[in-house]
Amino acid sequence: MYCGGAGNSEITMKPLLECSQIGKSYFGVSVLRGVKLALAAGSVLGLVGENGAGKSTLMNILGGVTQPDAGSMRLDGSEYIPKTPAEATGYGVAFVHQELNLFTNLSIAENLFIPAFPKNKFGFIDRPQMRTKTAELLRAVSLDISPDTLVESLSPGERQLVEIARALGQNAKLIIFDEPTTSLTSRETDRLFALIERLRAQGIAMIYISHVLPDVFRLCDEMIVLRDGEVVGSGRKDEFTTERLITLMVGRRLDQLYPTRDTQPAPETVMQVSDLSQPGVIEGISFELRRGEVLGIAGLMGAGRTELAHILFGLDPCARGSITINGAEISALSTRERIACGLAFLTENRREEGLLMDAAISDNLALTALPQFTSGALIEQPRLTQAVNQMAASVQIRGGGQHRQPVKTLSGGNQQKVVLGKWLLRNPAVLILDEPTRGVDVGARSEIYRIIHQLAATGAGILFISSEIEELIGVCDRLLVMQRGAIAARFERAEFSREQILGAALQSGEKP
Amino acid sequence: MTEKAVNNLSQAVLRHAAPLMFLVVLAVFSLLSPRFLAGNNFLNILIQSASTAIVATGMTFVLLTAGIDLSVGSVMFVSAAVAGKMVLGGQPLWLACAAILLTGMLSGAFNALCITWLRIVPFIVTLATLYFGRGLGLWLTETRAMNLPESILRIGSARIAGIPFPVLMLGIVVLAAHLVLTRTSFGRQIYAMGNDADAARKAGIRTNRIQFAVYVISGFCAALGGLVSIAQLGAVSPSFGNQREFAAIAAAVLGGVSLFGGRGSVLPGTLLGALLIQTIENGLVIANADPYLYPLVMSAIIFLAVLLDSLRNQQLRRSQRRIIRPSQKPSHG
Repeated sequence: MYCGGAGNSEITMKPLLECSQIGKSYFGVSVLRGVKLALAAGSVLGLVGENGAGKSTLMNILGGVTQPDAGSMRLDGSEYIPKTPAEATGYGVAFVHQELNLFTNLSIAENLFIPAFPKNKFGFIDRPQMRTKTAELLRAVSLDISPDTLVESLSPGERQLVEIARALGQNAKLIIFDEPTTSLTSRETDRLFALIERLRAQGIAMIYISHVLPDVFRLCDEMIVLRDGEVVGSGRKDEFTTERLITLMVGRRLDQLYPTRDTQPAPETVMQVSDLSQPGVIEGISFELRRGEVLGIAGLMGAGRTELAHILFGLDPCARGSITINGAEISALSTRERIACGLAFLTENRREEGLLMDAAISDNLALTALPQFTSGALIEQPRLTQAVNQMAASVQIRGGGQHRQPVKTLSGGNQQKVVLGKWLLRNPAVLILDEPTRGVDVGARSEIYRIIHQLAATGAGILFISSEIEELIGVCDRLLVMQRGAIAARFERAEFSREQILGAALQSGEKP
Repeated sequence: MTEKAVNNLSQAVLRHAAPLMFLVVLAVFSLLSPRFLAGNNFLNILIQSASTAIVATGMTFVLLTAGIDLSVGSVMFVSAAVAGKMVLGGQPLWLACAAILLTGMLSGAFNALCITWLRIVPFIVTLATLYFGRGLGLWLTETRAMNLPESILRIGSARIAGIPFPVLMLGIVVLAAHLVLTRTSFGRQIYAMGNDADAARKAGIRTNRIQFAVYVISGFCAALGGLVSIAQLGAVSPSFGNQREFAAIAAAVLGGVSLFGGRGSVLPGTLLGALLIQTIENGLVIANADPYLYPLVMSAIIFLAVLLDSLRNQQLRRSQRRIIRPSQKPSHG
């Protein structure tokens, strides 16, 4: 169990990093509670958890991007409270991110040294010295490329090795890997793992965050599972099995959040997608969506769900396949024409794509429906106002009386209702929702689910993309699970099980 | 594979657009007029392009941070007006020259303060100072042309070690800028900031200082370009430096500096761009083209420059699109 005597490394080495009772909340919503972890030099800690479990927040705290509200951290025996990322680097904590943080227009050598370049006696950058040191660091990560190569000409795997080289150059004692294998080929992955083994032998501590559980088992000495901001399991690798990890990650939660459905999907198909492919993005996507159906799309971040939505909506190109709405082929149409065919899309990022933040609630609601409320070139204001007011009441936006209040003053949940209301005014045949409840509080979530059901009751087909398996199970009639740009599994409502869905989304392949 | 070859070719053409266009322009004009190829015509082109090239060099610093400085033409005018007033008022020439450069740097510092401290968008700030500078200059000169003493013209036509004064100034500015951009921390930090300002801040680069410095440099170069121009013209007219911002931006962008930041160079980049523009103008004169054609040709050049930049940028974004299925990717090395 926890303190079974054999732990020789724990006895001989005192932990390099020690976190205790870390807590953090944003706007009154607590995202981390009482998180505790310890890590010895030369060991690898696997950190797993569902999307939104608090992994990123914990890493941001370790990296000095945000500060904890509660708790304390010790690094190498002394207090560790980084205020900025640069300060964390100074302490010897380095990150290798999923989204790589290199300057693509600079050379490898420059990326390793920026912002403090070595200088010669004239005050210019000492390029020979920089080159020699870089070549040394590149040898340490087995990357056989000239230090003068521009980063933009490197593959994702090579860029990652450059990031690791940078960490080594900064004398990192702790390197944190955040989903490092998502964009690597299998050869590049093998090379990365060999490097991690070597770094371990050199006494560098590492935290490895990944959804690829077999990799976590292969690399890590210890594991820690986060769920809803709390540590729900931690211990040595051999105390865990894949099944146990998944059960811990998913947990059990209350289900009153989800309103009951009182309508059933109609038999007729409203949207048919067959063999949709775009090289490097999605492969052979086929499904049908019926009238009044809520079809969920599950998957991990980077599984290609948002990309699929963009292709369906005509924002990104697709190389082959067909999309029909009510029997009409739309795959060659522009986004505008697709909207005219009855397609609507609620984007993942409502701040940037879905809403005019400075415009009033009513203007935002009216935005996409304007053509329906014009006679000649002029807007029929009374008819529009009436429809907008009706919609605002129906989606229960809590705002000013005349809905003249700017959208940016609303809470996340109410903003999302404005976006939903905007599309509902058009009576879409198919509505694609991409993460509609991200950053939305529990109360507003429940109302958003109700609106979705209400819309389904009117006969629209709904494609519901979400990273939270919980809410997909609560709201959807059917589920597709995407993995690496393809559909990995399909589930009917009767067969919904958290474990199986998560198992299909993870890359463990053969069984959950 | 053929698609890949076409892709590689178009990439190469886009990357080396400036030298390729330079060759085309040389070929066309030398066919149109034999006088074009005469030896001292090239020296003329170099002398005539000096002022714009110096202004464009300062502009390059700003563009590399993904900013823009529309005020350079007006800064040229204001600083020249201040200096003209001083010279006509009996002040010594060296003091007037120092005043030109100081006025330029102060104008740049004003732009920089608005951008870094008040957080106003560079486009709007410098658009405002464009009008403000022109207005201030007209008020100072009472909208009359100022004819300056002979001594100034003597500087303009002087030769130092056989090199004409404007060319010498151009050489110094371009070399210094090239060294700063490629060999100093400051220079490389400018590039990093233009690539990703957020990442630069996270990496510990003081982006505010960088931004401040580039606008001061741009103001200084604008004033110095003005100084070279006065020395060549011997007078400051109310339209002095008018629309010079367009020539400067066009020169930089034609030479491969990106309006989106982080890409381009002074040497050969901006210098080549400025020479290209001057060569075309020179060629038009020698080929006896209709003078009303000049602005049309000029606008076509600016359009072409921005189009090239946009195409380069699209290609870059396409090559950086996120790959979800790595197995589908064409193998790399």
